[in-house]
Amino acid sequence: MHFEMTSNLAAILYMVSGVLFILSLHGLSSPASSRRGNVFGMIGIAIAIITTMLFFSISGTGLIMLLVALAIGGSIGAFIAKKIPMTDMPQLVAGFHSLVGMAAVCVAIAAFFAPASFGIGEVGNIHGVSLLELSLGAAIGAITFSGSVIAFAKLNGNMSGVPITFKGQHLANLLLGLGIAMLIGILMKSGGDNQNVFLAIVGIAFLLGFLLIIPIGGADMPVVISMLNSYSGWAAAALGFTLGNVALIVTGALVGSSGAILSYIMCKAMNRSFISVILGGFGAEATTSGGEKEQRPIKRGSAEDAAFIMKNASKVIIVPGYGLAVAQAQHATREMADKLKEEGVDVVYAIHPVAGRMPGHMNVLLAEANVPYDEVFELEDINSEFANAEVAFVIGANDVTNPAAKTDPESPIYGMPILDVDKATTVLFVKRSLSAGYAGIDNDLFYADGTMMLLADAKKMVEDIIKAL
Amino acid sequence: MTEMIIMAGGAGVSPVVFQLAIFVLAIFVGYFVVWAVTPALHTPLMAVTNAISSVIIVGALVAVSTAATSSSGGGSINLSSGLGFVATLLCAVNIFGGFLVTQRMLSMYKKKG
Repeated sequence: MHFEMTSNLAAILYMVSGVLFILSLHGLSSPASSRRGNVFGMIGIAIAIITTMLFFSISGTGLIMLLVALAIGGSIGAFIAKKIPMTDMPQLVAGFHSLVGMAAVCVAIAAFFAPASFGIGEVGNIHGVSLLELSLGAAIGAITFSGSVIAFAKLNGNMSGVPITFKGQHLANLLLGLGIAMLIGILMKSGGDNQNVFLAIVGIAFLLGFLLIIPIGGADMPVVISMLNSYSGWAAAALGFTLGNVALIVTGALVGSSGAILSYIMCKAMNRSFISVILGGFGAEATTSGGEKEQRPIKRGSAEDAAFIMKNASKVIIVPGYGLAVAQAQHATREMADKLKEEGVDVVYAIHPVAGRMPGHMNVLLAEANVPYDEVFELEDINSEFANAEVAFVIGANDVTNPAAKTDPESPIYGMPILDVDKATTVLFVKRSLSAGYAGIDNDLFYADGTMMLLADAKKMVEDIIKAL
Repeated sequence: MTEMIIMAGGAGVSPVVFQLAIFVLAIFVGYFVVWAVTPALHTPLMAVTNAISSVIIVGALVAVSTAATSSSGGGSINLSSGLGFVATLLCAVNIFGGFLVTQRMLSMYKKKG
């Protein structure tokens, strides 16, 4: 039987893969359905690839190139996926975004130089709308690429998280943006016979992506990764229009809105406006306090004290922060929770949306340490529970528990939703020293009557508590 | 009357407008689907959106196909197919890396007991 991939059949198959992508995201509504969702996603992309190979009857040199690229890229991807530590997920995702951005740029340039193959006109005479789509795809892709490279470097510690700012930064960015818009206009007028204009758009966009991310501080990185996630989606969608490909348009829209929603959630969790994050500079003046601060008395406790208090409690809420992951204390903490459960203590975890370095990061780190997901609660679900708990065990978190967010309108974090750990009878606060948190703000909780400070390395302290239990 | 029916059927409407309709509706679908994602799975969500946005590989494959169809070179590797090769490779890293790392993360989420 002769099989022929017609345009209609191809369009239907692309739609099927678009639907499978929707189902893959839908699966993430609960951990139980999530694994099946991931499989839907894989099938969706396989259908899209095979459909394209058949429709364009890729053979000969093209087929060899394709298989070589898939083999090399696939092996690298599989290797990274297997080896990457979970603490490094933020930089991995940033790195992956940069690849999508670069791929979008490559595809846009390829289409510009071989428009006939893409069905968008002839060299030097490309349809106006297609030129607009190509330019947007290339420009957004380029911004995603260079922006993600900077985000990767900052998250991976290759570059300091301190914001890099200079005079006239915003004006420069604005002018570059206007420059891109103007060049796109010129390109569309010329019908695309001026290749230099197109390449200039790509070049300026690379520069713009770089300049957009360097002023953004380490604390705002969760927003930045989400935002770049969104950009990579819009770049894909723009090229989807060029190719008239439903799978690409649908995916672009899904990813674009997903990234935008995550950015919104992160901004809300930090009480920062999206605009102020984009404009950058946060964290620059973080270390102005010091010296003149009065020494206030704290109550200091030992591992034995902590073990005694928790063993006799009926409910303990553990509040982990990124410091937990830095100290590699996730596994020890779970062991401690197991010991307490053996003693008949009810142990649950409370997670602030920005507890990790990217949305949902802390949940992954706890899952890796074999903490069951039904013991882990989000801020709005657990906040009322602190009043019923004898102990709030804060480990590696600081700013997300700071009552100043509610009481002190002068505080930089005023208005940020916090975990109400001060409502618990006793707060056990594991901390290396009494220094201020990530945002550089002193925490009144340290000096409160119900607080006992456990000053030590998080992992060592938890191990000592386990011994004492 | 027939004219009206044809218009309602979309004759004469540019394909770009249809694509735009799909795009706008998909944004709404994305909006509702993503808000339904449990916050505990936001990191896997980012990893998997990354993997599926690599469906841009279909564009890369079209570019690669120009290697075989170019009339002048008769199967030579031109600029476009070279860029297509690079884009395919980058997308492959993302597709395999993105889906596998998502699977690895999701396999860690376990219930009590």
